[in-house]
Amino acid sequence: MKEPLIKCDHLKKAYHTQPAVEDVSLHVYEGEILAVVGPSGCGKTTTLRLIAGFERPERGEIWMQGRLLSSPDIFVPPEKRRIGVVFQDYALFPHLTVFENVAFGLRKQPHPQVNRQVNQMLELVGLNHLGKRMPHELSGGERQRVALARALAPRPQVLLLDEPFSSLDLDLRLKLREEVRTLLKGMGLTALFVTHDQEEALYMGDRLAIMNEGVVQQLDQPEVIFSQPINPFVAEFMGSANFLPGRVVEQGIETEIGLIPQQVSLPAGSEVELAVRADDIGFDLKGPANGVILSRVFKGVMNVYKVRLHSGMVLEAFQPHYRLFAEGQPVRVFADAGHELACFHNGAAVKGDERHLDGVTKD
Amino acid sequence: MYLPAALVALAMSLPLLYLVVRASAAGRSAWNWLLRAQTLQIMGQSVGLALAVMLAALILGVLLAWLVSRTDLPGRSIWSALLPLPLVIPSYVGAYLFVSFFAPRGLLQNLLEGWLGIERLPSVYGFWGAWLVLTLMTYPYIFLAARAVFSRGDRSQEEAARSLGCSPLETFWRVTLPQLRPALAASSLLVGLYVLRDFGAVSILRFTTFTRAIYLQYQSSIDRSAAALLSLVLILVTVGFLIAEQRIRRSAAENPHTAVHPAEVIRLGGWQVAALGVVFLILLFGLIFPTGVLFYWLIRGLLAGERIANWLGPLLGSVSSAGLAAMVTVVFAFPVSVLSVRRSNWLSQILERWSYIGYAVPGIVVALALVFFGANFVPGLYQTLFMLLFAYVILFLPQAMGSIQSSLRMVQRSLEEAAASLGENPLRVFQRVTLPLITPGVASAAAVVFLTTMKELPATLLLAPTGFSTLATQVWGAVSEAYFARAAAPALILILASSISMFLINHHATLSGSSQRQ
Repeated sequence: MKEPLIKCDHLKKAYHTQPAVEDVSLHVYEGEILAVVGPSGCGKTTTLRLIAGFERPERGEIWMQGRLLSSPDIFVPPEKRRIGVVFQDYALFPHLTVFENVAFGLRKQPHPQVNRQVNQMLELVGLNHLGKRMPHELSGGERQRVALARALAPRPQVLLLDEPFSSLDLDLRLKLREEVRTLLKGMGLTALFVTHDQEEALYMGDRLAIMNEGVVQQLDQPEVIFSQPINPFVAEFMGSANFLPGRVVEQGIETEIGLIPQQVSLPAGSEVELAVRADDIGFDLKGPANGVILSRVFKGVMNVYKVRLHSGMVLEAFQPHYRLFAEGQPVRVFADAGHELACFHNGAAVKGDERHLDGVTKD
Repeated sequence: MYLPAALVALAMSLPLLYLVVRASAAGRSAWNWLLRAQTLQIMGQSVGLALAVMLAALILGVLLAWLVSRTDLPGRSIWSALLPLPLVIPSYVGAYLFVSFFAPRGLLQNLLEGWLGIERLPSVYGFWGAWLVLTLMTYPYIFLAARAVFSRGDRSQEEAARSLGCSPLETFWRVTLPQLRPALAASSLLVGLYVLRDFGAVSILRFTTFTRAIYLQYQSSIDRSAAALLSLVLILVTVGFLIAEQRIRRSAAENPHTAVHPAEVIRLGGWQVAALGVVFLILLFGLIFPTGVLFYWLIRGLLAGERIANWLGPLLGSVSSAGLAAMVTVVFAFPVSVLSVRRSNWLSQILERWSYIGYAVPGIVVALALVFFGANFVPGLYQTLFMLLFAYVILFLPQAMGSIQSSLRMVQRSLEEAAASLGENPLRVFQRVTLPLITPGVASAAAVVFLTTMKELPATLLLAPTGFSTLATQVWGAVSEAYFARAAAPALILILASSISMFLINHHATLSGSSQRQ
């Protein structure tokens, strides 16, 4: 594997105005987009601010291309780092035009070159006709693009994006994130992308770092995180709605919805929890009922059912839009995954047979 | 609604229109007089004093605002609360306290004579005295404006500049300061206007600017056209300042500020002591020293047998004239305010502008215009309380309108429409829905007019009926005759009144500001 471009080692920053970073280690490789994702207050933005140089770590080190940027003793100020930042609120300078905003970081170059580069950047984000406008005359999407062009103009080695789409409405957000990903990939730029939206992280990131309570819980390719979450938090954050208790037996795992034929490296009789996504749950009217339909919400392409098992446990289950059952209908609930389910014992993932996704890459 | 509004606008502008007529009829001799060296000198002194005060207030205001909002100055929240306070001292009271300390027969000389035998001090009168006093009275305008910008200062913008390669100092010059510029320009123009309009301080400190010259001309000469001409020139200068101020304010309002992040705190290190010294010096001269001198004269007066009964008359005069002015002004302010908020068209806008005329015209000029107008058209009313009230209404109508308009804007149109759809006619809608909702705004308008009227000096001096005195004229009279102890009690009451009105204006501004944001 290549040397990482950015390397964070055991960063700690606990400051009363910022969500704390307890112990963060992560690597970003050249040309890669790393999506850092987690609930609000998990420390993802503080991590980004540490890398940008807006905060000093209390402990730990940040390296870029073998150069030490931050440690408790050494601190390279942000203006000397060549790290671009796209802020959540864009932070466009209200007293400067779009053109002047983009040119802001370029003034150490001769004049014609600045003009050329600004125009090139504006063209890149599709705004070359708006150079004379003031920031307050732009729409939200246009401001976002100016912020991106401004950060890219000085040709940073790394680009940091702090929830850049969060203040846009949904349609625009989907459109822009596609544009931005294509743009970054086309430039081969290394980027760290912070978001609280797991779906956005899956889309944007070549790899994902899931954060919670100031710690990176899991850092891997999206497919691996999705199918092999390392703990219940990651499983739930990646969309598992149900945690089903079970007990290890010789043939697999015994649960309230039947035997799951899945081998785990635990002695028989061990108590485990299975993460079951709503699309892994099926039910029908054949055989003895073990639950009853509690509610149905129609979402167009599918129905979202809530089913109560006899034990009182409630599971969420997706069914195709044409499968309609009345509330109160007794049904037989079963697991219908087609893949191994994530299995946890005392809050940690239990491996069955080792499977890897080394061959799988995006693009 | 248009008719009463038009009548109010007309009434507000008639005397001044007459002043124009009167001045233009003065003939060639007056124009020659206007171009004399002495007249040009007055203009030069007025504008020069305004510019010098603006510059000094600007430097002080920005420096102090930066210290209390961006650095780790010890006790900065206390300084931040104390530093705007000189604002509540009426300019002539500030000048009185200054003169009563430094002037011949003043406090300092008494002390020095007793101890050191020094009998002559350098003169406090003239440019430098006026400059110092007015700077201390006006730097809070700049301070407040700069503090507002500094404290809303957007951290992420400054961080963006840093990540684009700017050092902290460059960031201040290229990002922070440019955003301060509109607020600073607007507030220093306000300071300039304050100085141009000021009559009390420059008169007590014997520095001849427009206002003092107008007063002296009015008092001395039989042909008062010269005073009228000077007034017109003064109006032109103030209108110029006002237009510039409005322009800047409008362009500044277009910058939306969305920042919520607190800005980085700058460590002063060894500069802390120097910074504390500056803050302390300003508070010493702007606050501690005036308060101390005021209480010295108060106590000394009481010990010397100054009778409380002596200022009961002026107090009664102030309260009664200010109370009447508040009521009349609010009633006059209603039609134009309602019209301009609810029916915004070219006619209502013209009427609104006309009614704002008092804002552009210094008190001494309004008073002079009314003297001319009254003497020629309504001699029966000349030298009566009615004329004085008329001047107060012209001067303070803009304040009342501002307050009533902003509370009207807070009443959603749909509330009135709902009442109408429930079957009420417009008058009943106003009575049952609008009026109850704007009552607090109207009350604060009345209170502010009341308190501002109490402080008013030049118009009261010129127009008060014979034998009628107020706290302001009492201070003026006592200081003119160097009875410093006699001026202390009325001055104290005026400072208190002024503090309450500042509080009300601020309180109202915060209220309407927050409701607009929602």
